[in-house]
Amino acid sequence: MLDDEDRRLLRYWQAEPSLSQGELAERAGMTTGRATRRIVRMQELGIVQGVGAVIDWAALGYAVEVSLRVTLDKTQGNAFDAFLAEARKVPEVIEIQTFLGRVDVRLSIIARDMAHYQQIYRSRILGLPHISEIEALMHVARIKTSKGLPL
Amino acid sequence: MIEIDAIDGRLLRALARDATQSAGALGRRLGLSQPATWRRIRRLEAAGVIRGRQLRLDGEKLGFGVTVFLGVKLALRGRVSLEDFERAVTAIPEVQTVEHVLGLFDYRLRVVARDIPDFERVLRRRIMTLPGAGEVEANVLLSEERLPGPL
Repeated sequence: MLDDEDRRLLRYWQAEPSLSQGELAERAGMTTGRATRRIVRMQELGIVQGVGAVIDWAALGYAVEVSLRVTLDKTQGNAFDAFLAEARKVPEVIEIQTFLGRVDVRLSIIARDMAHYQQIYRSRILGLPHISEIEALMHVARIKTSKGLPL
Repeated sequence: MIEIDAIDGRLLRALARDATQSAGALGRRLGLSQPATWRRIRRLEAAGVIRGRQLRLDGEKLGFGVTVFLGVKLALRGRVSLEDFERAVTAIPEVQTVEHVLGLFDYRLRVVARDIPDFERVLRRRIMTLPGAGEVEANVLLSEERLPGPL
């Protein structure tokens, strides 16, 4: 579906998402028209979904980030849907992932400090439906953040 | 840490969705002039609230059908330097993110692969051979959603 030129464009774009299409074309060694046609095609195919700003929550005063690994009570038929619907309503939940494995769901939660985290955990998280087990991983540092694909 | 108002919050939400929008277009939606919008974006960038931009690609359409989160515990703690482990793990192209965490595991890795056999290859040849790698737990990602957070 993609050829080497497409992949080259994506590699440069991934490395520097702020590049304009003209700059991108120059790095990839093709004319702007050619690069633009390829980018538009990849957008139409849904391969390129867009460019989004990455928010640094710590800079907004959210110093604490915790990963909550949740195991659900699967004897309840609607456990997943009911849990996810309620988890989405907690404003401090910034990411929800579901898994095949020992863990069913992971929530990323941000808080201003440990006291704030404890308050969210007690008042919002423990009340979520169908939880059978929760483990917490406290975030210390980001070592590698590029979510680039090895194209 | 900077103080942000409701308009900054809406601006951040809009930019997280699509960072390619012009200040003029964003301003029209928020009821601001183009220069006023531009000044707000600059201020958020200067304060580090906008950490950068990220190209969103559909991994599956690019042939990366499997994403696995690995919890890694270091063996022989104390004798292996964290720096050695971090340097080696960061260099693996299939490893998209590395987080240092506190709790059940020492590190949390996001690994992308073409399929399960490809993942097994990465796990055996790259991850298990890392300096200091001990116990590893794998969870295969089924779904993922990012939420706007407390803005």
